[in-house]
Amino acid sequence: MSDAPILSVKGISKSFGGLKALVDVSFEIQQGEIYGIIGPNGSGKTTLINCITGFIKPGAGRVYFKGKEITGWPAHKIAHIGISRTFQIMRPYYTLPAFKNLIIPLWSPRAKKTGGWRGGGKHGDRDTVAVDILEEIGFERDSRVPYKLASTLPTGYQKRLELARCIAMRPEIIFCDEVFSGLSMSEIAGMTPLIEKLKMDGITLIMVEHRLRELFRVADRVMALNFGEKIAEGLSSVVIEDKRVKEAYLGKEAV
Amino acid sequence: MNREMMRKERIDRGIKVRTERIYAISSYREILYLLGPRVLLIVGVMVLPLALEFAPYWKRVVNITCVYSLLALSFDFLANYVGLVCLGGAFFVGVGGYLSAIFNVYLGLPVFLSIPLATIGGAIFCTALLLPCLPLRGVYFAIVTLMYPLLLTRVIEALNIMGGTNGITGLASLPNEYVEQYSIIIMMLVFMFGMRRFVNQDIGLVLRGVKDNDQSVRASGINITYMKGLAVFIASFIGCFGGAYIAHLYMWAGLSLFALDFSIIPIASVVIGGGGTLVGPVIGSFILVPLSEVLRAFGTFRIVIYCAALTGFIVFKSEGLMVYMQRKYHQFERWVKV
Repeated sequence: MSDAPILSVKGISKSFGGLKALVDVSFEIQQGEIYGIIGPNGSGKTTLINCITGFIKPGAGRVYFKGKEITGWPAHKIAHIGISRTFQIMRPYYTLPAFKNLIIPLWSPRAKKTGGWRGGGKHGDRDTVAVDILEEIGFERDSRVPYKLASTLPTGYQKRLELARCIAMRPEIIFCDEVFSGLSMSEIAGMTPLIEKLKMDGITLIMVEHRLRELFRVADRVMALNFGEKIAEGLSSVVIEDKRVKEAYLGKEAV
Repeated sequence: MNREMMRKERIDRGIKVRTERIYAISSYREILYLLGPRVLLIVGVMVLPLALEFAPYWKRVVNITCVYSLLALSFDFLANYVGLVCLGGAFFVGVGGYLSAIFNVYLGLPVFLSIPLATIGGAIFCTALLLPCLPLRGVYFAIVTLMYPLLLTRVIEALNIMGGTNGITGLASLPNEYVEQYSIIIMMLVFMFGMRRFVNQDIGLVLRGVKDNDQSVRASGINITYMKGLAVFIASFIGCFGGAYIAHLYMWAGLSLFALDFSIIPIASVVIGGGGTLVGPVIGSFILVPLSEVLRAFGTFRIVIYCAALTGFIVFKSEGLMVYMQRKYHQFERWVKV
């Protein structure tokens, strides 16, 4: 891992009024790795994602993507250069059928730039590309599922739809905000190979997760947050044994 | 078996019109089924002026109704496809009307140039003025669109520009009655069917995405302020065309072009016609505007009747006429045992 990091975050801080949501968080991510971010509720994981992807402006600190500073850029511009994200609370377009949900990322300037919207053929239309992507992510093509209204899909499919929306952009980094939460064991078992496949495709994944066991199975490195501070970083086996991480999750007496 | 144990079942008619673009037509009956309502609407509106040949007053009402239906169309598009509640019908009409008057009277352009120029110029002007409140979510857009016509009225009054309270007079009228009549009717049909097509294009889906949830659209690398600006441009384009036309119809552009009627009646039409259908608002205007003309005989009491009718619609058929009729047309209903 001697290459320059694809994403480096330096000293991000953010406070909401008197509450310090993030305190001087720094980390670097290498091209192609799966990086996990863990921490108890309210430890600032989602705020960190929001700060990096431009949905809120960080109070202090800098974010570099491939050496270029992107701190404080608007969200759509950050998405345009290839940093994509899912939402913890699923945000599909409820009034559209599942495959029409992908028309929006496929219409975006990013998809035009990467050529992602055309699929293979010269005159391919977005509808076919959309169904292709959905099939890739586990919607059965010949069933009615891709054509159902997004609001009628079960949670598992909605989570997949969130990921599909990212993939349609052909991003370089995907921030997955709790893609495993709310899923059954079998749904997670279906999701894990998907994550691994994305890694094989060379996409860097940053996964914020509560389901530690499932996360540790796929993650290369893990960072732990507590009360907005980074308390540990490294291989998952090391982080899970860290005293401060155990304290954060279980309380002082239990350790 | 009593009625409590029965349930209304709805079955889609077995014709392949459920997909969005592909029509599988196998017989004349199906062609008729598909084209029937559309043709009925087009022919109905086109024949209307001829049917009213001996009632010149009502022919004029048809023209005004068409302008109102354009405004209702633009309101419906913004509210139900982009999620912006726009109370600016009067703003669009006023700007379009005054610009057309300026082009026609002050610059001496012929009417066939002044209307298109006022439409485009007005749309740019309106969009530019509304741009600052587009990044905001919530009621701000509605409030600002409501304020602008009041603001412009006062500005014209106070500075005594553009004719002041008298307005700009002496606009050229359209060549003859039939051109006058059919230009607005055809433009209304073009805008209506055009918008129906537009909202189902990919770009229309992006706009609907902005309404559904703007955060996901941002996460997809699309600038939502730009998209909203585009939508406002389209809506104000339609509105300004109506305004430019009405100024030439009256051969006068005055402060009453900024009247609140142009904001309120289209909204009522959308409620009656059914929001989100784009045809409903047009039908709603064709009910409401003539109704308010008929009720003119009752003086101010007509407001009471008007309000009662609106309230009745909201309470008993809040989905709107068009949605109701579409359902009746596309589905069988029958009572089945539970």
